[in-house]
Amino acid sequence: MSDAIVSAVRLGKRYQISHLQQRPSYVALRDVIGERLRHPFSWLRANGSAAEEFWALRNVSFDVAAGEVIGVIGRNGAGKSTLLKVLSRITEPSEGRLVLDGRIASLLEVGTGFHPELSGRENIFLNGAILGMSRAEILRKFDEIVAFAEVEQFLDTPVKRYSSGMYVRLAFAVAAHLEPEILIVDEVLAVGDSEFQKKCLGKMHEVSRGGRTVFFVSHNMAAIQALCSRAIWLDKGAVACDGPAEACIGRYLSHTVKGAAVTPERSLALGAALVLRSFEVSPNPVRGGERVDFALTFDAASASRINELALLIYSLQETRVAIVDLRLAGLPVSIAGGQSWAVSGRIDALPLVEGDYRIGIGINSDSYVGDQMGLVDLRVSARQATAGHVPYAAPYRGVVDLQVSLNS
Amino acid sequence: MASANYWRDLWRYRELLYFLAWRDLAVRYKQTAIGVAWVLIRPALTMVAFVAFRRLVGAEPAAVPEPVLVFAAVLPWQFFSTAMVDASGSLIGNANLLSKVYFPRLIIPAAAIVTALVDFLVTLVLLGLLMAWYGIAPSWPIVFMPAFAILALGLALGTGLLLAALNVKYRDFRYVVPFLVQMGLFVSPIAFTSADLPGRWRAVYSLNPVVGLIDGFRWTILGDAAPVAGSVIASSLTVTTVFVALGIWYFRRVERSFADVI
Repeated sequence: MSDAIVSAVRLGKRYQISHLQQRPSYVALRDVIGERLRHPFSWLRANGSAAEEFWALRNVSFDVAAGEVIGVIGRNGAGKSTLLKVLSRITEPSEGRLVLDGRIASLLEVGTGFHPELSGRENIFLNGAILGMSRAEILRKFDEIVAFAEVEQFLDTPVKRYSSGMYVRLAFAVAAHLEPEILIVDEVLAVGDSEFQKKCLGKMHEVSRGGRTVFFVSHNMAAIQALCSRAIWLDKGAVACDGPAEACIGRYLSHTVKGAAVTPERSLALGAALVLRSFEVSPNPVRGGERVDFALTFDAASASRINELALLIYSLQETRVAIVDLRLAGLPVSIAGGQSWAVSGRIDALPLVEGDYRIGIGINSDSYVGDQMGLVDLRVSARQATAGHVPYAAPYRGVVDLQVSLNS
Repeated sequence: MASANYWRDLWRYRELLYFLAWRDLAVRYKQTAIGVAWVLIRPALTMVAFVAFRRLVGAEPAAVPEPVLVFAAVLPWQFFSTAMVDASGSLIGNANLLSKVYFPRLIIPAAAIVTALVDFLVTLVLLGLLMAWYGIAPSWPIVFMPAFAILALGLALGTGLLLAALNVKYRDFRYVVPFLVQMGLFVSPIAFTSADLPGRWRAVYSLNPVVGLIDGFRWTILGDAAPVAGSVIASSLTVTTVFVALGIWYFRRVERSFADVI
């Protein structure tokens, strides 16, 4: 407890959600007055409010020592952003206690407080002050910030004319020179070119080596693996795993995959005669670049003939990524009534960028012709990270992971 | 969070107050073509309108040139009302900051008031020119002018904090604010002086904290030609103190939920 720089004890954050989802969170005085006039004694009832409680965080406890780099992972809506907001004191927890032993800086969204009309120079001072730096401190680090952001020639240009890359570089540069005891980074490495990413990475290492603490939130598991020693996995507002990054990421990935949707218990009828009894893909999740096996079993209620069969691999954006043509697996095939037919195979070195994919089948049989989508959710996790190299975020890299040799 | 921590944080972030005020001024002067001129045109036109109004209704001629008499009231009024309006809308206007970064939220309305203060100082120059034109030299009460500027500042802070917090919570409050200002313009002694009122109404009238502010400010400019009653100032001071306390108390109370509802 004594060497903890951040100590969270049973943190909870409650939000009121009204039954009307589209209603904004603020209220109009007109409504309040109207409500009071219509139901003048509603406040007498103990539970008169129509609002429902929602715990975005509940019972979250952890201690963090100085110098730790912590990855915060979890699905969207798991409470990551709320935790960051509570940690950075933007919002107060509804229950529990948070002790911060040092200055905290957050990069929840880089460039917060940048004003488009002001020049780069002016924005450095403004943004620095917003993040809690004194004017003397900004003056002292001004040259360093400008050099880090690589915007020397554009210092007196309004930032509205900056490219998005320059904008982000400048914003990150200001925040990175804040020298906080605790730094909160949210998905910053997803932007900028590789040269700049390397600098950001170096800065984060420098920050943690200097005995300071970093919270890093990302959906980019490869980046978390490369940067963090410890990970906290949040699920439905609670800590699901707190431990070595590798272990937590593994548990997180395997938990979030639904697994085979088609099992002997949940088979899929294909027309009157054919039933897809099972469809398995393993391992799932699979690491990008590694081998994945698949197996399908069909039952025939009456004599059937399958002419064509293919696995259809789709991205979550509903783009067909690839197919596995199974005509070569002895098709067409005739199955006698009451018999089954199984086909299996493997994809060597799965060339997909990490992310979620859906696998369906396309079938042409004498009793059923059509596509069945989304039978198996396949999660592809990041390739083994190369030391010191942080891959770009998955959405930036498309879907195909090319194997490339470089000469340099 | 302990209250002592809050005020210590506020002190630590004092430079942010300066930078936010500077941002508003810099942006205004960059964006609008007439920039500084606008700050001067507004009170000047208001003054002309009120002087014309006095002529129309046939008000008793004042002992001093009417443009100076009216302008000496327009300035503190404009300072107070601009500061209050800007402060009350400042939290909504900086919603992106509130939901992304921590700092004592009091800084934002305070910065809006500082911006209005700068405008006020600029318009003082205009008053000086006007007085020189009419050959009016200020006498010793002029040394109290900063005190009345502080009174206006306090009143703007108290009401501004109250309205800013209400504005976040009840978003239609922004329709109330311009109405308050409009009413204030009529019930404050700008086109006339408190001395024009029947004596028995003056005590009630002085409950409007702007009355003491304007009468006092006028007195610092015109001296004995526009005397002010001590009781009016005391009343204004009391009401202002109540507003400041109420404003800070309410603001602090609802501040913790700003980021959740904004």
